[in-house]
Amino acid sequence: MGKRKQIQTALTHVALILLSVVFALPLLWMLSTSLKPISETLTTPPKWIPTEVMWSNYPDAINYNSKQLGYIPFLVYMRNTVVVTILCIVGSVTSNALVAYSFSRLRWAGRDAFFGLTVATMMIPFPVLMVPTFTLFRYLGWVGSFKPLWVPAFFASAFSIFLLRQFFRTIPMELSEAAKLDGCSEFRIFTDVIVPLAKPALMVVALFTFMGSWNDFLGPLIYLVDQNTFTLALGLSAYQTQHGGTPWNLLMAATLLVILPILIVFFFAQKLFIQGIATSGFK
Amino acid sequence: MKKDLRIGLLFALPWILGFIIFLAYPVLASLYYSFTNFSILREPSYVGADNYAELASDTVFHKALINTLIYAVGAVPLSTVVAIGLAMLLNTKVKGMSYYRTIFFLPSLVPMVALGTLFLWIFNGDYGLLNEGIRAANLEPPNWLGDPAWSKSTLMLISMWGCGQAMVIYLAGLQNVPVSLYEAADLDGAKLGKKIWNVTLPMLSPVILFNVVMGIIGALQVFAVPYVMFPGGAPARSTYFIASYLFDNAFQYQRMGYASAVGWVMFIITLVLTLLALKISDRHVHYETE
Repeated sequence: MGKRKQIQTALTHVALILLSVVFALPLLWMLSTSLKPISETLTTPPKWIPTEVMWSNYPDAINYNSKQLGYIPFLVYMRNTVVVTILCIVGSVTSNALVAYSFSRLRWAGRDAFFGLTVATMMIPFPVLMVPTFTLFRYLGWVGSFKPLWVPAFFASAFSIFLLRQFFRTIPMELSEAAKLDGCSEFRIFTDVIVPLAKPALMVVALFTFMGSWNDFLGPLIYLVDQNTFTLALGLSAYQTQHGGTPWNLLMAATLLVILPILIVFFFAQKLFIQGIATSGFK
Repeated sequence: MKKDLRIGLLFALPWILGFIIFLAYPVLASLYYSFTNFSILREPSYVGADNYAELASDTVFHKALINTLIYAVGAVPLSTVVAIGLAMLLNTKVKGMSYYRTIFFLPSLVPMVALGTLFLWIFNGDYGLLNEGIRAANLEPPNWLGDPAWSKSTLMLISMWGCGQAMVIYLAGLQNVPVSLYEAADLDGAKLGKKIWNVTLPMLSPVILFNVVMGIIGALQVFAVPYVMFPGGAPARSTYFIASYLFDNAFQYQRMGYASAVGWVMFIITLVLTLLALKISDRHVHYETE
């Protein structure tokens, strides 16, 4: 029995190591390529460690002058992405917290039916909404601006409401009742009692919003016209869909720079990330 | 009572507005548009079911529809099996679990466009890392990006690489399985395979259902990665999906009415498949009664 257990553990380790190699290789290859001189990007067999580590690829990628596209304002893309992402996070956290509060800690006629409807809307594919939403923003004269990308964040979203409601429900009602006896208004209870207690859950919503906004491709593709308003996701695709010209080492450096902020945030908030995703899967 | 309702609605106001403006209105408007001829330059004009009739005989649409279904049928089970497998391995409580978890999870954080760029490089038929490896093993490597027989498999493999989020959900599900069930199975002398089949999977079934439904909904909307990796659905439209066709109709060909009809067909397929998944699961999903 003991021997069998040992073999099982050993096999588990072997499987885990092999699989982590498979999962880690693409990212490591990206890192390796991004630090190579161009002459070493296409060697056979592939070279993992460059003879000379080319840190200069990173500034070169940021200041890349493409033959077809002209100068690519990478830092402008970065700034645009940061602006849109911050606005989305602010909007999403405030609006979803308010709405989830209503759905979990206030009692009103029709609340649960509306919540059921809300959850059901998660099934609606985004492309179905695309044409009328575009028409609406066009009517408002917002096409070409950032507004279509961040304004909707201020109107909550089914998924985040759902996630926050799960959390708010676990906070004992007695806390609210005690505050009410002290003469607190519903809004004071929300800001002074619930929000401080719900910080981890609000962080999770902030993280998911950050990810969604940083990764968003379809939104910028539809609404942004001028190259100087592009976000990183859109800008990066411009680097390479028309490439042929873009050297792989610079393209990989640029790609890594797009991913880097997410990796940094992940390493600081790993626990929250994992917990947030884990809870999203239940009920 | 009245006051409760007022305060409740006041707090829910952002979503009430969001629901009306960004969900209810677009859903109804796109249904209406789908019965019209409509572009940025032209007001919608009612054409009855013409768009749907055209879809029925539109070979490009059929191609996109079949591509999407093939992709979903390949990608969803593949990601599900891999995600459950990884979660089970992680759940064995081996040393270094949190490192492994990070490694498996990280790829799912990579933005779609970055994912596309990275895998253009790795799957390149001539000098990509993957084919260098296959050649080193003395095998004939496929042309992942240029051969219509392989392009969809390329996308499925890429989707598998991003299964980390589902894996985390499965792992949490596995950790909720009461140890006593395994102990009981041990007492009965059950082998590992039997334990997985009779204890783990039934206990995990609600989570599997959730992930599969989300996976189906996501797979039917696949857009960004193929858009970046396979411009125009190349090669031979083998990577041209419903969302690609919808996008092109709306924003390239200026046929927004037709695009809305495509959207509604997509919506209905999503609904049918989701309901089908729920129906099938009725018999197989085990909910714990509390």
